[in-house]
Amino acid sequence: MSAPHTPVSVSPEEARVADKPRLRRFQQASWDEKLIFELGSPGERGVLVPTADPSVGQVEIPAALRRATPPALPEMSQQQVLRHYLRLSQENLGADLNIDVGQGTCTMKYSPKVNDQFVRDPRIAALHPLQDEDTVQGVLGIIHGLEQLLKEISGMDRVSLQPGAGSAAIYTNVAMIRAYFAARGELEQRDEVITTIFSHPSNAACAKTAGFKVITLHPDADGYPDIEALKAAVGPRTAALLITNPEDTGIYNPRIEEFVRIVHEAGGLCSYDQANANGILGITRARDAGFDLCHFNLHKTFSTPHACGGPAAGACGVTEALAPYLPRPTVELDPETGTYRLDDDRPESVGKMRPFYGVVPNLVRAYAWIMSLGAEGLRAAAETAVLNNNYLLHKVRQIPGVSVPYAAGRPRVEQVRYSWEKLHQDTGLHSEDIGLRAADFGTHYWTSHHPYVVPEPMTLEPTESYTRADLDEYAAILAEIAREAYEDPETVRTAPHRSTIHRVRPEALDDPATWAVSWRAYRRKVLGAAARP
Amino acid sequence: MTRVGLVVNPVAGLGGRVGLGGTDGPERARLALSLGSRPLAGVRAAAALAELALRTGELAGAGLARVAPGVRVGGTVDAPPGSPRPLVVTAAGPLGADSAAVAGLPARVVYAAGGGRDASGVETSGVETSAADTAAAVRAVVAEGVDLLLFAGGDGTARDVLAALGDAPCPVLGVPTGVKMHSAVFAVSPRAAGEVAAAWLNRKGAVRLRDAEVMDRDEDALAEGRVTSRLFGWLPVPDLPVRVQQRKTGSTATAPEAVGGIAAEVAERVGDGLLALGPGSTTRAVAAALGADVSLTGVDVLRLRPGAAPDVVARDATEDTLLTLGPAWIALSPIGGQGFLLGRGNQQVSPRVLRASGGRAHLLVVCTEQKLAALGGRPLLLDTGDDALDAELAGHVRVITGRRRTSLYRLAM
Repeated sequence: MSAPHTPVSVSPEEARVADKPRLRRFQQASWDEKLIFELGSPGERGVLVPTADPSVGQVEIPAALRRATPPALPEMSQQQVLRHYLRLSQENLGADLNIDVGQGTCTMKYSPKVNDQFVRDPRIAALHPLQDEDTVQGVLGIIHGLEQLLKEISGMDRVSLQPGAGSAAIYTNVAMIRAYFAARGELEQRDEVITTIFSHPSNAACAKTAGFKVITLHPDADGYPDIEALKAAVGPRTAALLITNPEDTGIYNPRIEEFVRIVHEAGGLCSYDQANANGILGITRARDAGFDLCHFNLHKTFSTPHACGGPAAGACGVTEALAPYLPRPTVELDPETGTYRLDDDRPESVGKMRPFYGVVPNLVRAYAWIMSLGAEGLRAAAETAVLNNNYLLHKVRQIPGVSVPYAAGRPRVEQVRYSWEKLHQDTGLHSEDIGLRAADFGTHYWTSHHPYVVPEPMTLEPTESYTRADLDEYAAILAEIAREAYEDPETVRTAPHRSTIHRVRPEALDDPATWAVSWRAYRRKVLGAAARP
Repeated sequence: MTRVGLVVNPVAGLGGRVGLGGTDGPERARLALSLGSRPLAGVRAAAALAELALRTGELAGAGLARVAPGVRVGGTVDAPPGSPRPLVVTAAGPLGADSAAVAGLPARVVYAAGGGRDASGVETSGVETSAADTAAAVRAVVAEGVDLLLFAGGDGTARDVLAALGDAPCPVLGVPTGVKMHSAVFAVSPRAAGEVAAAWLNRKGAVRLRDAEVMDRDEDALAEGRVTSRLFGWLPVPDLPVRVQQRKTGSTATAPEAVGGIAAEVAERVGDGLLALGPGSTTRAVAAALGADVSLTGVDVLRLRPGAAPDVVARDATEDTLLTLGPAWIALSPIGGQGFLLGRGNQQVSPRVLRASGGRAHLLVVCTEQKLAALGGRPLLLDTGDDALDAELAGHVRVITGRRRTSLYRLAM
């Protein structure tokens, strides 16, 4: 690092080029806001509902449906509610406020606001899922249309949009694999599912939840899934391979077709976790590599928001052989009348994954995003995401203390899992410390899933949404934190300094005796109150 | 007031920079000094104490000023503001007191190197001290009562500490200053040692202890030209992974749950039969989950029966005992951080024993995913002394990592 205080004589042009982006002095708001249950007072109301006119008559709620006691809800005015949530929003980094490239594997791309306008349009927002098919032809058309687009993008024969998230889509695929082997009488024999340590952990978790045994492959010396380990793993008990590609390291498995071939030869199915599809849209397809099933995360690759852990939307694509097991109902187009209908008469279906048709607002957003770009646009988005990633890789690998494990010197697809191991050995600081310091510059940051196979990991995924200036700013923030780590480690170790909450002890979140994810649990575990008020 | 013990082996690490390897024994230390090496153990110990000082007492409290008043997060926080710094209980001069002075921590000296002579009676001076000094200092410090014993040195020092503590080990942590550091008792850096020590002292009860391996180079094997290491025993160290775990979503399986899953899996495979358990904390935890108390260091044989607690058929079994009993299954766990599965610390599980039990098909490798990941991609290792058997066992092995979960991992000769 050059000393920033050294006066040097440079031309204005040189200065403009050499000048690192000015780092923000971000300051998060601190409202010291109470929990909503601690606000308001008994009897306060936001909306006063008038008594019904006598001519309307009395509506009787059946006794069996009435509560014995009123629900323990917060009581306050509408304005208080608005203030409360606006204040909380200011105590966040905010997806629309920060350069959100630090949440690798999550594909935090910009979600165009016009798509939200479509969702809020009464023709979508005012629909009821129990309406007669004849009256919801428009939204059924959107769902059917999105299915056709995703069939084209994946090469698969049929698509279901019912799953409510990526993990739900993986589970749907595993459920279809189970139904497929059950129908062939092979389920008892085929009880093993193979995945890799750098695939998303949901693959292992869903397989296990569905009753399969899970075999995890570790990477070979180059960081690729170990094909020799795969050969040792497959056999007559193999039900399926669930694999991500590119994996969360950003490394594309060049032997993916061979992986598929080996599993097929053993009689297993292959399911492609396409959570990391953002860099390969329009470039490769699951079907072309021989997969039997695949899934997309519409809330990542196709721009719909992550929505704080849900509801998101997942899409499952399958070959004709697996189509009978798709969740029901399916949306079918009658070619003669040009009308859509829901087909619930599917005896081999794995059943329902979500009520009704899935998370319709996200399907509308994804449909609008794909239609606005077109085929060429999707490919351009993928290429820009890869270019952005390798531009950021070029900048970040020059920062002292950073290394890029595996596949030395080769470019990555759409994300990179970096390592701060050297910085840790030099300074004692952890990747988590760097992430907390990044919050002082108004940016988000993430390490990796567990267990940490890459030591002191940092996973960055810039997507196509961010400009070169954005990426320069993010890299400059990391470079500044690395400089601080070596010259002034205390500043990093005690970060964040400009955030509302200083540090949270994760132990409390790991322990069922102390974690509190609801007001009732908070009262009981933290305030020591009785379980019920 | 919390009390932290400190014993520095001042000659540790001297040989490293001058290419001497370890500095076991005064001759090597003198030779290293004559070759121009400068002692660094005291400096590194001071760095660990300085980090500890930053994270305890008033300074640690200052760092938490922004925690909202009255907000409890359920866990414990760093030392409350204004709490006193820990007292360093240590030995005089380069054996520890010098380092405490550099770090600015109050110290109580309870031992001074005796008479300037090492254990063999050779006169010593300056930084020269001996293994006997380390052992005597450790005993004197522990006798005073400490919450944690820090020692600065390498594998040789770790062995001296292990021997000095005997059957009553107190929580320890190694500040890495040696040349050879195969043992799992060391923090990854002096600063990390200070960080872990602070977490242990500030949050006692919230941090568990784990038994960590004390290893050293096998001098007998070295004489035969083989560079290998031997397992000497275990010391309890604070189980605060130096890579502090934080999560993206959900929680990672912490060790007890994972071990319970491993135990259930092992029980299912064995069914009704004899199971030999190799040494180590993982296999011991597996036995505990099955309902049996076995030793940490020995090979024990259990009789498993579905639906009933196992009987311990043999404790600290020798090769002969194993051959006589003929267990159908053998469960082993690799040595943490190093990866040896066979041939280090479990020589009782000999090639004859392995062949008699049915070889690879009846060898159960058990390990948590965290421990596997900590190998950094390095393979599991075996060195049974029987090349043909090693070749037969080598390859990709299914490591049991949890209930209905295995990892395919490379096992290499």
